Amino acid sequence: MIGVAERILEVKDLKTYFPGRDELVKAVDGVSFEVYKGETFGLVGESGCGKSQTCRSILGLLKKPGRVVDGQIILDGQDITHLKEKELRKLRGKKMSVIFQEPMTSLSPVLKIKKQLMEVFDDTPMTRAEKQQRAVELLRMVGIPSPELRMEEYTFQFSGGMRQRAMIAMALGARPKLLIADEPTTALDVTIQDQIMKLINSLKQELDMSIILVTHDLGVIAQMCDRVAVMYSGLIMEMCDVVTLFASPRHPYTYALMSSLPDPANKGARLNAIQGSPPNLAHLPEGCPFWPRCTECADICKRERPEMREIAPGHSVRCHCLDKTAAYRGIIEAPQGKEA
Amino acid sequence: MRRLNYILKRLLQMLPVLLVVTIMTFLMIHLIPGDPARIMAGEKARPDAVEAMRVKLGLDKPLWEQYWIYLKNLVTLDLGTSMKFSRPVAEMIGERLPVTIALTLFSTALGLLFALPLGYVAGLQKDQPTDHAIRISTLVAIAMPSFWVGLLLMILFSVTLHWLPAGGWDATSLFSEFKCLILPAFTQSLMTAAILIRDMRNSVVDIIRQDYVDFAKSKGLSAGAVRRRHIIRNSMVSTVTLLSMRMAALLGGSVIIETVFALPGIGKLTYDAISARDYTVVQSVVFLFALLVLVVNLLTDIIYSFLDPRVEF
Amino acid sequence: MKRYYPQSEKTRRKHLLPAWAVTPTFILGVVIVVIALIMAIFPAQIAPYDPTVVDITARTKAPSAAHIFGTDNYGRDIFSRVVWGTRIDLSIGFFGVLVPLIIGSIIGLLAAWYGGWLDSLLMRISEIMMAFPFTILVIAIITILGTGTINLYIALWLVGWMSYARLVRAEVMTLKKSEFIEAARVAGFSDARILLRHVLPNVISSSIVFAASDMVMCMLTGASMSFLGLGVQPPTPEWGAILNEGRTYITYASWMTFFPGLVLAITGVGLSLLGDSMTDILRRKGR
Repeated sequence: MIGVAERILEVKDLKTYFPGRDELVKAVDGVSFEVYKGETFGLVGESGCGKSQTCRSILGLLKKPGRVVDGQIILDGQDITHLKEKELRKLRGKKMSVIFQEPMTSLSPVLKIKKQLMEVFDDTPMTRAEKQQRAVELLRMVGIPSPELRMEEYTFQFSGGMRQRAMIAMALGARPKLLIADEPTTALDVTIQDQIMKLINSLKQELDMSIILVTHDLGVIAQMCDRVAVMYSGLIMEMCDVVTLFASPRHPYTYALMSSLPDPANKGARLNAIQGSPPNLAHLPEGCPFWPRCTECADICKRERPEMREIAPGHSVRCHCLDKTAAYRGIIEAPQGKEA
Repeated sequence: MRRLNYILKRLLQMLPVLLVVTIMTFLMIHLIPGDPARIMAGEKARPDAVEAMRVKLGLDKPLWEQYWIYLKNLVTLDLGTSMKFSRPVAEMIGERLPVTIALTLFSTALGLLFALPLGYVAGLQKDQPTDHAIRISTLVAIAMPSFWVGLLLMILFSVTLHWLPAGGWDATSLFSEFKCLILPAFTQSLMTAAILIRDMRNSVVDIIRQDYVDFAKSKGLSAGAVRRRHIIRNSMVSTVTLLSMRMAALLGGSVIIETVFALPGIGKLTYDAISARDYTVVQSVVFLFALLVLVVNLLTDIIYSFLDPRVEF
Repeated sequence: MKRYYPQSEKTRRKHLLPAWAVTPTFILGVVIVVIALIMAIFPAQIAPYDPTVVDITARTKAPSAAHIFGTDNYGRDIFSRVVWGTRIDLSIGFFGVLVPLIIGSIIGLLAAWYGGWLDSLLMRISEIMMAFPFTILVIAIITILGTGTINLYIALWLVGWMSYARLVRAEVMTLKKSEFIEAARVAGFSDARILLRHVLPNVISSSIVFAASDMVMCMLTGASMSFLGLGVQPPTPEWGAILNEGRTYITYASWMTFFPGLVLAITGVGLSLLGDSMTDILRRKGR
């Protein structure tokens, strides 16, 4: 499926730390992945696992005091890891752009939608009328009815779904090659979620771009993604194509995520919640960060952090106990293989 | 059109407040202990002179009728005659009002001029040395009494350096008038700037954390565009409200600053009238100050409705 | 980021003043205020001269070893007058705020809790009062009552309570809807108990924070009124009044205005620094 496709983005051993008053929060602690042209790459994990900070590192939009301390980010063949803000801003919008989770807080409350759309073309030599025309086209593209009228309105006059559509229009205005969608539908109603996902998918085809889709929702992953990385406390635990992920997950954490999903074949069964809570990123346990919650935990897990291992072409896992986890094969068929 | 309706609505809402203000300023004369006619006529006036004054001021009529006459006179801008200066009060106010308005606008402009860049920088560099330095400066500016700062500046720039006039009013040209306003306006702008800086700083700290600023950056906007269109534009929303309160305070402060710099404005007139126990004038200027504040508030509401579209019309 | 530090959170609660709160500015504020308090409490021990005794032989002397702040046109020692004035100005700041803080908070609490006519009345009164500049309102009240220290206090009280009433009212309004107040009501606690035990402690901190900065404002207003001759009357040594007396001689005896104003400004800075640190502490603890 991947073949010899070109890479649009390459992240190598990215480390993003937040030095605090007394502690160092390692939000991203050595993340590597690639995104190929035309694919949708999913980043999935619980909140606080560093998936959003990975995206912000790529965009150069880390909140203070966050800093990329190590690693490399290569966008479309250009190393952008240590680019100055001035250089980086030339890439934003045109090569990569983002849509955030909360369309309400991501759009300025005091500017008309029109103005926020037209500013995408600040650097493009166009007349006001042309920019306005482009703004109308963009709103039409994302399916906002009577765009000429709606663009004169403000964010607070839009519904949640409409705001998200407007944000997508702004993000795609300059035809970026890579769209980072950071939980784009989490704040929306379920029915709207589906519409927005379909919209993103159709725009991806239309504009021929790649997408990094950040979510904690495995359903969304299944619907949208080609390849997936599962993140846990700043590390990628497992990375493979989406079919493999659902058919034969190998990491205990991935498995636990899967079995926490409701199973349509077994209505009324209790959901298997993962025991414990995500670790404190400033005080990570030694060894594998997942061991305190892991059902397969062995002695070595508490001592040594496992390395990422490629167990099959395009399938890497970060676990010491791969022999045991081989049994996970086929969990979709037998989801209640483990008692909580 | 909707905005015009909104303005008219705000104007109508002002009327009851204004009416109560007239009742209060009217009653002021009657609340002063002692016989107003005697106070106005002077301590040593003969009884018949006091009676004449009573009739002249209409104090022999019932209270409600006096108020009615007061209100009618107010609407026709007949504010009575000053005892001390033997001139129509409306005329005296007319001469002095431009000075106070110029002073207030000048102080406001200077305050904003200091506050916008400093508040912005302090907010961006939160908890860093620049922020601390600006914060301490604002504390000092707020704690310094304006009359003292005014006097010090006068000693430095007028008495020692002879750069600027040591108070008074030189109406020979616009420039000479401007020179007379520099020191008082600067003095008054200090506290305004300090208060605005603190507000601006806190808004900026809050706003640069907002997703919409990050999203604006992600569109590839220049740093200047993000600053102008998103950070400053949004922080202005709260600053404008505060500014109207500061302008009211500046109007009140004119009593002190105009007295220090001997500027012929409404503030100085208030001071002179109180010193001379000229209650006709005091009554009028107190009303005038309230009127000015209401006008400032109305203008603020209008500006605010442009700045923040969420205002309900 | 707060949730990442569960351990240190606990240790912080133990101390009244955590280590991070003891900043240089906080220490400076404490030092200034303590010195001012000492001057206010023991003026007789500190002031080298009687503040009101006239000495014709020592008229308008520039600062020297004998008179570190110089003397005024009556030969009175400015330093001694400033020291004795501390008591008056600090009192104006403190009591000018304390009475409105108490009365205003109670009015705001009752207005928000019971609503109805009391609340409407409060809002109407504050609307009217907001139409006047603060200074003008104080001046108008003093004009009616007459000049003098007591009337200055009354004017400050009459004008000051409203800010506290509005502040507390707004806080109670939001608190009223909160779950724990609902729970207390459902549990059948009396209004008095809910108000005193649950509502007041939660809303009073913002009032106190405001009072800290209001004290400086109040002190400055008192000094301004005395400077205009409307407040404390000479020969009582109040800082604003001393300044006013010196104003006539400003061109050749600037020390008469410089020092009282400087002490006033420093005291104000001290109070502001203290107030600022307090705000910080209350805000962080409240989180």
